[in-house]
Amino acid sequence: MDLKTKALLKSIWVFHVSCGSCNNCDIEILDCLTPRFDLERFGIQLVGSVRHADALLITGAMNRKSVPRMKKIYAQAPKPCVVIAVGQCALSRHMFRYSYNVCEPLDKILPVDLYIPGCPPRPEAMIDGIVKLVNKVRGNK
Amino acid sequence: MKALFYYLIFPGFLFSAVAGLLSSWVERKVTARIQWRVGPPWYQNFLDLIKLSGKETIIPKQARATFLLAPYLGLFSLVLAATILGLALFTPQQSFTGDLIVVVYLLVIPAICAIIGASSSRNPLASVGAAREMKLVLGYELPFVLSIATVIVKTHGGIRLGDILAFQMNFNSLFFSFSGALAFIAALLCCQAKLGLAPFEVAEAEQEIMAGTVIEYSGSALAAFKLTKAILLYTMPVLLILFFLGKDISPIFSLAKYIIILVVFILIKNTNPRLRIDQAVRFFWGPVTAIAGLALILALLGL
Repeated sequence: MDLKTKALLKSIWVFHVSCGSCNNCDIEILDCLTPRFDLERFGIQLVGSVRHADALLITGAMNRKSVPRMKKIYAQAPKPCVVIAVGQCALSRHMFRYSYNVCEPLDKILPVDLYIPGCPPRPEAMIDGIVKLVNKVRGNK
Repeated sequence: MKALFYYLIFPGFLFSAVAGLLSSWVERKVTARIQWRVGPPWYQNFLDLIKLSGKETIIPKQARATFLLAPYLGLFSLVLAATILGLALFTPQQSFTGDLIVVVYLLVIPAICAIIGASSSRNPLASVGAAREMKLVLGYELPFVLSIATVIVKTHGGIRLGDILAFQMNFNSLFFSFSGALAFIAALLCCQAKLGLAPFEVAEAEQEIMAGTVIEYSGSALAAFKLTKAILLYTMPVLLILFFLGKDISPIFSLAKYIIILVVFILIKNTNPRLRIDQAVRFFWGPVTAIAGLALILALLGL
């Protein structure tokens, strides 16, 4: 593993995309940055522009309006960029499965690298998921 | 050869980059402690830069050639300013006549480069950021130049950084006179705006215009902007030490003054909400210009 990948794993800048969630997952994501969890000590930051992002954090069920925009946002992100699906809606459409407006789960649309289930997932669950992803890239069990 | 060494290694690029990245770490750490968090480790900013240099650099389809030129031009001119200031601080007799004016000019170039880069990216939010940056430059340059004029008047026409330092070593720091103290306050606020720290971070407001001037930058061009910011955070306290607190510039005293000024910047940043652009310009053209003008008048009267 080269130096740049090592640095990437210790400084993950996250761009947070909500494509029609109920806001619970978004609040839990912001909880990760509060003093209790403080993800900045691992170099994880929320950034304002998708051009700065290393990870897309996607919440909510993908509806017909948000699918093309989602694809656009993913194309705008500089690679390497991971996609993290947060919450049951992004994973499996949850209670909106039979809705007229919600077409497909997220991983049919974008290559999802990490699934964090829960409604909403606790901050601990998100941190645990990111640690597992980092460990997988590093190659340890 | 020697000039190249100065520019690239010792007070120039390498030294100021390391000092600037460590100062940005101090900024992040103190901010975290104020917010009752732990904060990142000391090497975090180095990691950020290495990571950014390994990422893809995206160039928007309609961007002009200046899009990639601007960040590096800003970085190079700022490093030149840092070199001149560093040489004046570490070896005062090496400065040349008129370097004060050169430094004042060179310190505007990073802001101009941010404006050029943002407006050549053709992003609407970036153009909002560029417009705000331009207004902010117009706002803070007037009091900044007035407070530097105070320094020049106080040191009997010293436009050489070495002369200003020699004057302060012989008599006293300019900070300990009425006009010097007032000019210091005005210059401190202008430096806060030059750094783009919190009450005046209108051009890069993350929450409203999503990083503003740097919105379209990614990869190594963004790394150049981040590095420019970091070096600016090292340059500004050095400038204030040279102009106003130059009585004793032995390494330990310099470092202590440097850290105190840095922490003052960080405390102002963390205890103030962001001003709107009209409030910021009114603030600089109103009270700050009044303070700097008063300082200049007092200096002319000899106080």
